[in-house]
Amino acid sequence: MERPAGLQAEPVATLTTAMTAGAGLLLGLVLIVLVLALFGRPRWRERIGRERTVIILGIGLPVLVLSALLIWGLSLTASLVWPKPTDPLRIRVTGKQWWWDVAYLGGARPRTANEIVIPTGRMAELELESSDVIHSFWVPRLSGKVDMIPGHSNRIYLQARQPGTYLGQCAEYCGGPHALMKFRVIALPPDQYAAWEARQATPALPPRTAAAVRGQSLFLGSACMVCHAVRGTPAAGKVGPDLTHVGSRSTIGAALMPNNVGTLAAWIADTQHIKPGNRMPAFTMPPQDLIALATYLDELE
Amino acid sequence: MSRARQEEAAFRKALENLPDKMPRPLGELEQLKKVWEPPKGWRALSAVNNSYIGTFYTGAALLFFILGGVLALIMRTQLAAPMAEVVSQETYNQLFTMHGTIMMFLFAVPAVESLGVLLLPQMLAARDLPFPRLSAFAFWAYLFGGLAFYCSLFFKVAPDGGWFMYPPLTSAEYSPGINADFWLLGIGFIEISAIAGAIEIVVGILRTRTPGMTLANLPVFAWAMLVFAAMVILGFPAIILGTALLEIERTFDWPFFISHRGGDPMLWQHLFWFFGHPEVYIIFLPAAGLMSMIIPMVARARLVAYPLVILALITTGTLAFGVWVHHMYATGIPAMSVSFFSAASMMVSVPAGIQIFAWIATLATGRVKWTVPALFSVAFLITFTMGGLTGVMVAMVPFDWQAHDTHFVVAHLHYVLIGGMVFPLFAAIYTWIPMISNRPLSEKLGRWVFGLIVGGFHVAFLVMHWTGLRGMPRRVFTYPDGLGLNDFNLISTIGAYMIGAGVLLFLFDLARNFRFAPADGEVGNVYGAGTLEWLPSDNYGFRSLPYVTSREPLWDRPELSDEVEKGQWFLPGTPTNARETIVGSPIGSIPQYLMRLPGPGWDHFLAAIATAAFFLMLTVQLYWWSIPFGVAAIAFVFRWVWELDPGRTHDPVEVGGGLKLPVYATGPRSHAWWAVAVLNIVLAMIFACLVFSYFFLWSNQPGGWTPYAVPQPSLASGLVVLGLYLIGIILMAFANHLMGRGSTPATVPLAVGAVLALIAAVAVDTAALAATGLEAKDSGYGAVVYMFQLLEASLGFTLLLMVGFVVARWLGGRLHPERRLAFDCTRQLFYYAAGQGLITFLLLRLFPLVSA
Repeated sequence: MERPAGLQAEPVATLTTAMTAGAGLLLGLVLIVLVLALFGRPRWRERIGRERTVIILGIGLPVLVLSALLIWGLSLTASLVWPKPTDPLRIRVTGKQWWWDVAYLGGARPRTANEIVIPTGRMAELELESSDVIHSFWVPRLSGKVDMIPGHSNRIYLQARQPGTYLGQCAEYCGGPHALMKFRVIALPPDQYAAWEARQATPALPPRTAAAVRGQSLFLGSACMVCHAVRGTPAAGKVGPDLTHVGSRSTIGAALMPNNVGTLAAWIADTQHIKPGNRMPAFTMPPQDLIALATYLDELE
Repeated sequence: MSRARQEEAAFRKALENLPDKMPRPLGELEQLKKVWEPPKGWRALSAVNNSYIGTFYTGAALLFFILGGVLALIMRTQLAAPMAEVVSQETYNQLFTMHGTIMMFLFAVPAVESLGVLLLPQMLAARDLPFPRLSAFAFWAYLFGGLAFYCSLFFKVAPDGGWFMYPPLTSAEYSPGINADFWLLGIGFIEISAIAGAIEIVVGILRTRTPGMTLANLPVFAWAMLVFAAMVILGFPAIILGTALLEIERTFDWPFFISHRGGDPMLWQHLFWFFGHPEVYIIFLPAAGLMSMIIPMVARARLVAYPLVILALITTGTLAFGVWVHHMYATGIPAMSVSFFSAASMMVSVPAGIQIFAWIATLATGRVKWTVPALFSVAFLITFTMGGLTGVMVAMVPFDWQAHDTHFVVAHLHYVLIGGMVFPLFAAIYTWIPMISNRPLSEKLGRWVFGLIVGGFHVAFLVMHWTGLRGMPRRVFTYPDGLGLNDFNLISTIGAYMIGAGVLLFLFDLARNFRFAPADGEVGNVYGAGTLEWLPSDNYGFRSLPYVTSREPLWDRPELSDEVEKGQWFLPGTPTNARETIVGSPIGSIPQYLMRLPGPGWDHFLAAIATAAFFLMLTVQLYWWSIPFGVAAIAFVFRWVWELDPGRTHDPVEVGGGLKLPVYATGPRSHAWWAVAVLNIVLAMIFACLVFSYFFLWSNQPGGWTPYAVPQPSLASGLVVLGLYLIGIILMAFANHLMGRGSTPATVPLAVGAVLALIAAVAVDTAALAATGLEAKDSGYGAVVYMFQLLEASLGFTLLLMVGFVVARWLGGRLHPERRLAFDCTRQLFYYAAGQGLITFLLLRLFPLVSA
């Protein structure tokens, strides 16, 4: 298994190692008995060729091994499902074709997309929902996966030990570019997290550069604002990701590409080629407009 | 003395005279050959004999194995390198959906069913299965339906929702094209064909074994097929209902699975996996049965612990219905439930362990001859053990939360399905081809085939466990560079091509050496097996049907072949100058009557084409065109069944040793009555799944049905409905009473009246519901309530056709108190339908009141 980095992944990694070793031992046992049965001395073959072999190795052994394993599995299941956290960080993540809407339910209630920032050392309690089809939330190094099902609200707990960036992705096939529905969990030390949260909660700052000013007027004067919200401006669309602080995110397109002016421009102009089937139409516009729009977005930090 | 005692006594007495060493009358063999003469040339399409249909069937299953395998190779090519662009994302999504669907529904289930059709009559020494035209119909329907389904790929309208087709992704909103309809109608239709085959197999195994073959002497493969057929009968109804619900939702907007309208997408998952998990064992158990035949053959030793192995088959079949939730651990189901299913899933490894060590013990007692079947058997043992061990791993809930929906699971399922089913299938093909071909397959090439397929398999799938644990989900058309996935994926692709090369070599060998010759010149028992299918045979099966007292009669009585071939056992000729086989009691196989079997014909063939065309027209939304095909299908079926139930054409005939058997049976002894009984179980399971759906949707509504079920239909309408059902039952019972007393003319109108009363009951009940303002589109409640009515109405429609047939037979002089199967089958289905109607009525009227 991928090197675990979270409280919920560690015991499962231990279990995986133990089970892999156990499976290897059992396979070895079966192979030895099989080789003895095929090529062993008559005395051995005579011993193996009895009904007693079937009862001892076929019934006795599995019952013994599985009972032990089951006890381990059940107690671990219980501890993962009911971790009883004190003061968890509550976040609602909604799966959408093919991106992740992230709404913090406590503190300054920031809202972002495709990037979940959590503090190290504190448990995050995620409410997992879906607004269209079934998705599944999975950050292999932090925890197992939980499905996001329309009409149901599921729960997952994450707690990272170390600061770092952990890759996540949709694990339940959700049509079209399911393969490209990724996200990141970024664990920050508590103080950095607090600063991040405070910044995210503020409305967008007015554009600073001339290009960005032009970009903003393009943004607000076009179809962009029908789907996207930028708090602090009239743009309040709810279909696509909240872009208030899009410039502060490390990736775009659901963790598909690094985030910079170039990739933003490429995404706007060529989104259907980069991520075929996604819900955003491609926009054709003169290159200078495209750069201005991308610059505006890039400055939304 | 009871009839059963009399039959047993007569049978024992006959056995004293057998084998009958007297020379057989001149011309007897020629006559037998003549009535079993297969149609020649293109007319072979009209054949119904099991060796023909079984071979066609196996061939078609192999064709779909190759067609599905080609798709896998395209996918592996796309995944050979990160961010490759061999196929587009849309194509890839269609490829994996089609690959899974084809391998499960068009290859694996038909392949094991086809081996049943091919091998069971020989293993049981029956001349044929009891419903030859039904298996032929099932085969042709599957072939035409399957090919049409596959062709959807070429028009870029193939299903793309994954082989388990989870809504809402597959709903009209998120999959508006006809892609999903191809899956729902195509697969729904092929499931019906699988059920037809299962009915054939159950009745065949229980009723047409050679005289005196007890269940304790039943070959393990027949036991496995019995469990297989029972599982198809109990498991497939869930998916039939599921596909019907989803198709109805897509077409008529009844929101069964739409959560914000009172449906629930989880309902699909429960219905799907209640079928889907047993499906895995439906595929595996027959293969395990094959192994329990082949391993003793290659080891030249009797199977160790036969009773435990049979017990293991039955236990696996039973447990299979209690583990479906282990496909749903990640759906947020409460921890208590997943823990229960985790424990149940682990229990499945006990019967698996029994079988594995029984096979190893058998190998130890014998001396293995390293033929190709032996090589594939050992590969199976090792590979299946590995798949079983990873199966235990994914049965552990916390581990599954990591491994679920990743390539780890892809690896696991291929270990159990390819290791557990495809390897045994290859062993079986090498083993039994000498039974139907006049040349065996090449042992030399076979070793290469074995090496490439088994070696390639482990190259392809062993590393895939790590691919998955490193975070690669399944069903992704590509993966990014730099995550450490490149090498693993490339290795898997190389392995896949090795498998492809092995299969290609196998096909070459097949083309070179396979010469279909079921009648004469077949190579025969090259491996020295001990079971009955290796008796000398012809189109009629065996010259005479032997009495057996052990599980490997050919090892225990070397002279048996000679006796059988000389006609010294039962039924050495054709006493009625027609195709026949002996029908016996289900447990001891004490002969009860001689069944006359149909010969070649076109009606079932044309009915299959028309049925496939009917479903195809529905799928491509040419609704008007579907009508003539639907009518044609019904018409051909009617022509086919018109000749059935010939009545008491002969007085009891002698079948050997002085045993006289009637040539006709009616009522609960007849094979037809058994088939309808099995069909009723299928219908009851569909109904039970709908009842489950009702309670499932109810339990997920915040206020139960209270907000929906107001107002309730009037009490008066309820009394009318109840009255109509009761009147129907009384009329039918009275019709039966009159029939028993010999009065046909009075019976028929009463039966018609009974069916009309039932239809009126459904109509009044539906109208009363509609009068309350409830609409199916309104809510999950409305949808499920009207679905009950629709299900009952479809039974009413079927009964109307059947009772019309009864009337036609009466008018045609083919119905009287001794020749009454058409009436009996209609009556049996009617009672079932009336029972289901009454339960529906009480449930829908009372439960909303009680639960409020």
